[in-house]
Amino acid sequence: MSWQLTAADLPDLARGATLLGTGGGGDPYIGSMLVRRVLGDGSITVLDPEDLDDDAFVIPTAQMGAPTVMVEKIPAGTEPTLALRTLESHLGRAADATMPIECGGINSMIPLVVAAETGLPVVDADGMGRAFPELSMETFAVYGVHGSPLALAGERGERVIIDTGDDDRQMEWLARAVTIRLGGVGHIAEYAMSGAEVKRTAVPRTLSMALALGRAIRLAREAHTSPFDAIAETLAPTLYSHVRELVVGKVTDVERRTTEGFAKGRAAIAPLDAPEETFEILFQNENLIARRGGELVAIVPDLICVVDHESAEPITTEGLRYGQRVRVLGISTPAMMRTAGALAAFGPAAFGLDEEFVPVEASRAMPHL
Amino acid sequence: MHIGIDVGGTNTDAVLMDGTKTLAGVKHSTTPDVTGGIVRAIEDLRARHTFEGSDISAVMIGTTHFINALVQAKRLAPTAALRLGLPATKALPPLVDWPEVLTHAIEGRSYLAHGGYEFDGRPISPLDPEELRKHAADMKAHGIRSVAISSVFSPVNHDLEVEAARILAEELGPDVAISLSHEIGRIGLLERENATIINAALRELASEIVDGLTAAVRAQGIDAQIFLSQNDGTLMDEDYVRLYPVATFASGPTNSMRGAAVTSGLSTCAVVDVGGTTADIGLLINGFPRETANEVKVAGIRTNFRMPDVLSIGIGGGSIVDPDTAEVGPESVGYRLTTEALVFGGSTLTATDIAVAAGRASIGDPAKVAHLDPSLVRRVLDRIAERVAEAVDRMRTSPEPIPVVAVGGGSILLPDELSLFGAVHRPENYAVANAIGASIAQVGGEIDKVYAIEPGRREAMLADVRAEAADKAVAAGAKPSTVEIVDFDEVPIPYLPGNATRVRVKAVGDLDMGV
Repeated sequence: MSWQLTAADLPDLARGATLLGTGGGGDPYIGSMLVRRVLGDGSITVLDPEDLDDDAFVIPTAQMGAPTVMVEKIPAGTEPTLALRTLESHLGRAADATMPIECGGINSMIPLVVAAETGLPVVDADGMGRAFPELSMETFAVYGVHGSPLALAGERGERVIIDTGDDDRQMEWLARAVTIRLGGVGHIAEYAMSGAEVKRTAVPRTLSMALALGRAIRLAREAHTSPFDAIAETLAPTLYSHVRELVVGKVTDVERRTTEGFAKGRAAIAPLDAPEETFEILFQNENLIARRGGELVAIVPDLICVVDHESAEPITTEGLRYGQRVRVLGISTPAMMRTAGALAAFGPAAFGLDEEFVPVEASRAMPHL
Repeated sequence: MHIGIDVGGTNTDAVLMDGTKTLAGVKHSTTPDVTGGIVRAIEDLRARHTFEGSDISAVMIGTTHFINALVQAKRLAPTAALRLGLPATKALPPLVDWPEVLTHAIEGRSYLAHGGYEFDGRPISPLDPEELRKHAADMKAHGIRSVAISSVFSPVNHDLEVEAARILAEELGPDVAISLSHEIGRIGLLERENATIINAALRELASEIVDGLTAAVRAQGIDAQIFLSQNDGTLMDEDYVRLYPVATFASGPTNSMRGAAVTSGLSTCAVVDVGGTTADIGLLINGFPRETANEVKVAGIRTNFRMPDVLSIGIGGGSIVDPDTAEVGPESVGYRLTTEALVFGGSTLTATDIAVAAGRASIGDPAKVAHLDPSLVRRVLDRIAERVAEAVDRMRTSPEPIPVVAVGGGSILLPDELSLFGAVHRPENYAVANAIGASIAQVGGEIDKVYAIEPGRREAMLADVRAEAADKAVAAGAKPSTVEIVDFDEVPIPYLPGNATRVRVKAVGDLDMGV
């Protein structure tokens, strides 16, 4: 079902997108303000992927770079649409819709800026099903749609086309270098594809799921009912149907370091029911792996979400601090994100982890929410 | 001798101090005018402990005047916000996220101009003096009396803010105040800019208040320098207040916490301030409150002020107790305690009734709570102790044990020992702790910048940053021999080359009172 998104939906969408960011993805606050400014009292058509014509032409849009830069150097506002237009003229075809490449964090919002500005609909799907640190970590690429050619735009009207053929990693590498020259943030259009390819390669209905999650958490808080039950009920009928409470505990240690441009680190959490046992999360921008007492309980690409233990407000890896009372939720990802090809692109090995992927619902007896 | 005065929303406290010794303390209701309360406080101190005007070496004042002016949207100057950053940042111009009532109250006008820097210090675009003069003419035409200038990445390089201020001053003349964002806030353009606009809108009021306070103190025959408390507990002199009134915003909770610490003789501790409705828990590290790392909303505006990090839980003297579950709060009878609590002949079971029944306090008529089941009383007090201990544990920054100081009228609810933390300290003179907090004479300097740390240069670089913060403290009036680094934080920034790292350093020293 297609539906209309208005400015009133943005705070809920931002909260849900932060949860799906699994610790990273950038703060959607500035992104939601960008949408609000362009959208005003208007609305955006959100297209269900099934409602998309097979020969429709879809160009996803996004932002890449450092979230810390984004809070200081706010965009001119023209960049995302300029990136889209640049790719359209390069390819000689106008887009019928845009789409997120990443439903977690700020990139849930950038296609909405484009949609509000151009009047194009947004497809309710994305290529990460969460947040990932690199442009090549896409189900699109896993199932045969390549990111290149990519158009990158800066606030001075700079436009760059990067064409690396089928090599999505090289595309990521070059785009990253240009982004740094642009001042740390760039806006991109990439993974242009047909409606049929969207249906085959995208994770469906993740934008509406982010909105539903954010809304369910808010409504539960307002009604003084459990936001965790609300999360589980919201996800049950989706492709993310298994929600496990991995731990309720207190953050006892956070270590961070920057290596190769990524914020890597480790958080230790003491479970409230067994304080002597250690629960640890390793992260690289996003949370990658969770172990309890040394035993694996959840691993990328499944979602590891750290939230406030009462309000269920998502906590980013940057916001983790000693003493916080948190719950860690493990959320299963759709089957299409767990195939051998998908795991090669964004599974444990892609992050240099030695562990094999184990689905969160199979890893260990944890209370099913 | 010196005098500390804390002008709160309800009460004005004042103390006469000799070093760290409290010679006299007084407490009054706050008066609506600036000077009346100060005059009365000083006269009262003199009545308790005779002194000559010339005996006083400094007067320290904490005030809520400025934050109240903002919250009530009153007495704010017509203000313009100018941002340097074009072509970037156009999507969200200054004042974009302000509540309409406040934009209206400051007759706010927003301007965008070229300028600003990238994270690594490269210019985004050169300053365009003609563009700035045009904006200045428009400001003039609209009766603007105060201007806030912000620039992208000005915490990395503030040259363009300074240059733009010079050009605007030429056009607008000396009567229009100019506030620069790099002097006010940290990384986070909208939040820093918002704080700068608030500061700009308060500049006229600041002069008025400083003049009023000075006149009141001088009329008492005191010629000593006057200082105001800042959010972080350090002091600023009157000239600084005229420039940066926004820095006084959170001095209330800060002075209360610092006062509690100094009266208990502890410089690193958790402070639990139990009032009628909430218990506010903050952390003092080396005598200064730990500050929030996140954005703080003030009067509906997102800012990144240096505010003390305070956790409030719904437990206070007036909290309503559920006799079935032994749960306390968050509902409270508040100021109706003296009519609604059982010990005062009311019909609501409150936390105060429980404390009286347990013999921890003698308030009202203990006979009226004699019927309470001792096991209920114990369960309620245990629950309070458990929740307070959990909140303190949540606030501390490391597993190291930390002493707990309890203050406030509702602190009778707390036991003499807390699990995890041991003995609870209860300082004397708490009634005037806020004024004592204000009277602590220290000044500081802070640096918050993004640095590209070259390999092998980290230590040298950090040493330079520390030295820069220390110099700032000395420039603010600290005795160089007493300056030390009280806070240091280093956060690497992902996705950027060259080990870009955000470094925050705060240096503090004793005020040089020239004695």
